[in-house]
Amino acid sequence: MTSAGPVSDATLAEVALTRGEYELSTGRLGRVPTEVELGVIGAMWSEHCGYKTSKPLLARLPVSGPRVLQGPGENAGAVDIGGGLACVFKIESHNHPSAIEPYQGAATGVGGILRDVFTMGARPVALLDSLRFGPFEEPAQRHLLDGVVAGIGGYGNCIGVPTVGGEIYFDESYRHNCLVNAMCVGVIEQSKLTRAAAAGPGNLVLLVGADTGRDGIHGATFASVELNEASSERRPAVQVGNPFLEKCLMEVCVTLAGDPRIVAMQDLGAAGLTSSSAELAHRGGCGIEMDVSRISRRERGMTPYEVMLSESQERMLLVVSPQDAASVQAEFDRWDLHSDVIGTVTDTGRLVVTDVGEVVCDLPLDLLIDDVPLRHPEALRPAGLDAALSVDPLAMTPPWSMGETLMRLIGSPNIGSRRSIFRRYDHQVGDDTVVLPGGDAALLRVRGTAGAIALTTDGNARYAALDPRRGAAIAVCEAARNVVAVGATPVGVTNCLNFGNPEKPEVFWQLSEAIEGMREACLALGVPVVSGNVSLYNDTEGVSIDPTTVIGMVGHLEDLERRCTAGFGRDGDSVLLVGPVGMDLGGSEYQRLAHGINGGPRPTLDLDLERRVQAAVLEMIAAGLLSSCHDLAEGGLAVALAESCVLGGRGAQLTERLFALGAPVVQAGLLFGESQSRFLASAAAAAVAAVRAIAQRHGVDVRELGTTGGGRVTVIDVFDLALTELGRAHAGALVPSR
Amino acid sequence: MRFGIAVFPGTWSDGDCARAVEVLGHQSVRLWHRDRDLQGSDCVILPGGFAYGDHLRTGAVARFAPLMESVQEFAAAGGLVLGICNGFQILCEAHLLPGALTRNASLEFRCETTWLRVETVETPFTGDCERGGVLAIPVSHGEGRFVADPSTLDRLEAEQRVAFRYVARDGTAVGDASPNGSMRDIAGVVSEGRNVLGMMPHPERAAEPLLGSDDGMRIFRSVVEAVAEHSAFAVAP
Repeated sequence: MTSAGPVSDATLAEVALTRGEYELSTGRLGRVPTEVELGVIGAMWSEHCGYKTSKPLLARLPVSGPRVLQGPGENAGAVDIGGGLACVFKIESHNHPSAIEPYQGAATGVGGILRDVFTMGARPVALLDSLRFGPFEEPAQRHLLDGVVAGIGGYGNCIGVPTVGGEIYFDESYRHNCLVNAMCVGVIEQSKLTRAAAAGPGNLVLLVGADTGRDGIHGATFASVELNEASSERRPAVQVGNPFLEKCLMEVCVTLAGDPRIVAMQDLGAAGLTSSSAELAHRGGCGIEMDVSRISRRERGMTPYEVMLSESQERMLLVVSPQDAASVQAEFDRWDLHSDVIGTVTDTGRLVVTDVGEVVCDLPLDLLIDDVPLRHPEALRPAGLDAALSVDPLAMTPPWSMGETLMRLIGSPNIGSRRSIFRRYDHQVGDDTVVLPGGDAALLRVRGTAGAIALTTDGNARYAALDPRRGAAIAVCEAARNVVAVGATPVGVTNCLNFGNPEKPEVFWQLSEAIEGMREACLALGVPVVSGNVSLYNDTEGVSIDPTTVIGMVGHLEDLERRCTAGFGRDGDSVLLVGPVGMDLGGSEYQRLAHGINGGPRPTLDLDLERRVQAAVLEMIAAGLLSSCHDLAEGGLAVALAESCVLGGRGAQLTERLFALGAPVVQAGLLFGESQSRFLASAAAAAVAAVRAIAQRHGVDVRELGTTGGGRVTVIDVFDLALTELGRAHAGALVPSR
Repeated sequence: MRFGIAVFPGTWSDGDCARAVEVLGHQSVRLWHRDRDLQGSDCVILPGGFAYGDHLRTGAVARFAPLMESVQEFAAAGGLVLGICNGFQILCEAHLLPGALTRNASLEFRCETTWLRVETVETPFTGDCERGGVLAIPVSHGEGRFVADPSTLDRLEAEQRVAFRYVARDGTAVGDASPNGSMRDIAGVVSEGRNVLGMMPHPERAAEPLLGSDDGMRIFRSVVEAVAEHSAFAVAP
């Protein structure tokens, strides 16, 4: 082995290690690492692979529960959805690549998360995407949006997995750091769940799928530093996707699930072969030895360093016994997929890489994984927060009438219809999408059972900017409400923590607070976190994004017939507010639109009330009492009302006089305030008494507001709008005015 | 009866098609792209997807698959072939149907419900429909704009080979009902022998009311009836 000389600062910057961390590694090794070893250590100790900043915080999250089949630590989490089936899911970020090259960044984000799910043997049945951009009005942001949407569609549509949901927010905070979080959900028989733990020294390691090229080298470390002017020069660190190849790979991997010939399966993601091989061996308490010269390459002259750190997409590692190798390779041959035997499982606990016999890397796995030097940065509450929180939203006079305000909100980029986006995604392939995008949560039938799964993502960062703990808790509650609104019980959470540079004390404080908020809400609602991903260093030129906790949630509905949708379903029904009356304008979309600020007390959140409201609504839906149910979120009660009207194709007349009382700002608070723990439902007049009885049992308020029907959306003495006008504004929200 | 469902690498609606056939109580077999055996199929379905990644051009590689040689022979002998979405693209590339499918006029992928007016019931694929009736069937494609030269289009119309046209929900022809800008709003055409249908919309996605529509079943049911009534259609060897 050749040893490098004294390591330069430039080299350390390239592998994103501090000098202290470097010296730690030399101390442990008792020698200077080789070039390949240095690259391997840098990748494995990066935030992206090693979670060196977030690990101690993440340990606080509740990860167990009666339905949990697989918690964090595998490629994806899994929960029991009855009928002997498991729902496998995970969300992951692809922010940095998407900011540089939106199409490929987003496409490979989808490809990567799909692999995480089918690596477990599960057939992917749905994709969701949580996106954040700068202001929609800016052409550069729409260019990014268009590229990201095209990339998600380009990959998902080609591979034949429906994209059924997600969300998009536009905010100044993301102008230089767009966020692209992709979630994949799969289903598998529980007995066939495939783990990624190597076993059996002497077993062979197969590398399957795409050839290895120079694309994406240092992708993991790239994602662990801030973006700057020179970042667009890092395009070579962005990978290029091939969904066709992945489709073939998926078909074989899903077929091989539960096959006794497969000892372990692991996809190649961030840090490519380095992290996949190390994690595969370490999980199984083994070692691994590989010869890089056996790996098929896309181009000549690649060094072992480049081969080990390449992030070429659509590749998988498999562990099989020597006698099964040929028959397993034949399964891949059938789909014209290339496979190489690149190494063997050992019992040494070491990652050994050779290049035609020459050892270029020989590192203990515990150094790479257990000994990741954790960072414990200082946490500091940002100084400006008190000023922001001291704003009094009720002291600011509304600039517009309530009717005009509703028209503006329903037509605003953060609230209006997403149809122009989701019609670019195949959201129906598989013939299981029962509730299509556009409602609260997508609902997919689960074949072989009477049930369904409800899927959603959520994460309002405006509240989190004011209070990261409350914001993250609200994200959990809001996601749960989305799932509950279709009648499903929340059963599992996956999360993506998108934050700035954690070396800044303010950002580390935000991260720590957000994880605490997520913990509190998950505990209160009894929903475990089974998988997740952390994306830090979302900064440009020293400015961090707002702390953005994206929650992906899966709900389970026992009986598909007992589902509910958001649009008013029938004329003459009673319109019901389930949950409290409130007027929380701090952090609201109204505040953004009307006053251009984000300040004041963030919405109050009573987790016990939240739990009771959700339980009550689930019971109402299960009893078949509701003809529609929609959660209250951005834009508050009035926007929920307008959405239920537009989605249901019928108007509503609210005769409740409460909204007409008080000063305009009080009206605005009641109509557009984003108070939590609320649903807007409708029910036949004859069912209202039963609804009230259920609510009472849970200690939840129900208020009858008015009646559905007609072509107008009216709040008595406040506004009276034509449904067609509201519909037009809603539909046009994401159509740029030229 | 037996439906043969082609599977190319990149095909993804084979499962949906198989289930639609099974809902009707009929049998389906998968036909692997490298095989030539149609396994006694009464009707061959070329389903949606991105066969061979749609590399070069949609359907351009798939038409050279060994399976397609058998499909060509089968069609020439009068066998029923139903090309859906990517299958339609492959049939055009294979010259089993006229015209071509180019990029949507919007330059964007479109997945949404469309309304199709049945323009002729004189085909084995539409016998169970009413002429002028409207079917709600979703599309899902980026390259579904049907184009042909004017004389071909005139001939298709004259020979009543336009099977479906995109229309408004109430059946009226309006300028912007097409999701892709197809010439004369054409959504599906049949071959000269009327035994080959290509359509961009996905009837297998309109297979049950739970999913919003079961209008697509009219097409599969028509095939079943046609096969039962006319033994003249070829059965694959």
